[in-house]
Amino acid sequence: MNGRNLSATPTLTGRAGALFHRYANPGRFLRLGDRMQPWLTWPALVLTLVGLGWGLFFSPADWQQGDSVRIMYVHVPCAWLASSGYFALVVCSVLSLVWRHPLADLAAVEIGPVGACVTAVCLATGSLWGKPMWGTWWVWDARLTSVLVLFFLYLGHIALIRAFDDPQRGYRAAAILALAGGVDLPIIKFSVQWWNTLHQPDSITLTGAPTMSHSMLWPLAISTLGFTLGFAAIVVARLRAGVMESRIRALLSSPRRARDAATEQAA
Amino acid sequence: MTHLPYILASYGLALGVALVLSIGAALRLRRDRARLASLEAARGGTPRRGQAGGSA
Repeated sequence: MNGRNLSATPTLTGRAGALFHRYANPGRFLRLGDRMQPWLTWPALVLTLVGLGWGLFFSPADWQQGDSVRIMYVHVPCAWLASSGYFALVVCSVLSLVWRHPLADLAAVEIGPVGACVTAVCLATGSLWGKPMWGTWWVWDARLTSVLVLFFLYLGHIALIRAFDDPQRGYRAAAILALAGGVDLPIIKFSVQWWNTLHQPDSITLTGAPTMSHSMLWPLAISTLGFTLGFAAIVVARLRAGVMESRIRALLSSPRRARDAATEQAA
Repeated sequence: MTHLPYILASYGLALGVALVLSIGAALRLRRDRARLASLEAARGGTPRRGQAGGSA
């Protein structure tokens, strides 16, 4: 096989890179984001309200937990999004470090704060459930502690990305932190199996039937879908704004354009 | 429902955070769109919705 044949056969990495770079063009992404935004926002709003309303007013109380089980319809979607949001951050880090994808860096900047907020809500709602059920706001349980570590990883990512004068260095350092922190995700997932925890084991698994009643499973599934679409809608909106801000910075960094802008502002 | 305050606090917190994030993103988007349009107009180009050809 000669060199020409080698170059004519795209590698898996090359093909994947070409696919990802299709949306590296900010203009193309903004057009796609414009079209996607209503399809994410409105279903998110409807599904979240239906799921939470169903969970709060129509789903049955648990025989053991009573009405406190209704906190689950908020807590579980947040827990799911805390982990999957961080997984998205890990994917962005790979795209950034391997393919130098410009939108991956901007996406990581925007996912971080939203993920941190969702993780904070997950921890807070867990505490609000723990107080009436366990009699305490917090225990240093493996599941709770690993989610707290995830929250600190989000905060570290946010801080690191803004810690350098050169944004590229910040993106790179934060991507490495996100990749290293990815090890926390399997720990969160399997903590209830690996250690004897106060936190209950998973009620929904990929391999087995759910261990909860369908009258609770449906509102939980709907609110989880609504929260997920809402998370995506907020991240896409922030990312669109981030791309526009990057364009504004590029315009202002040109001396001629800066002069034009100054003239415009004076006018 | 003796656990009502905990339930209401959970729902209020989640919806409050979602609301703040959504409104923040919408306002930021609106401000950036207007600023980009004014800069594009000052440059002499025609601002087009969804166009940003600079490096990200």
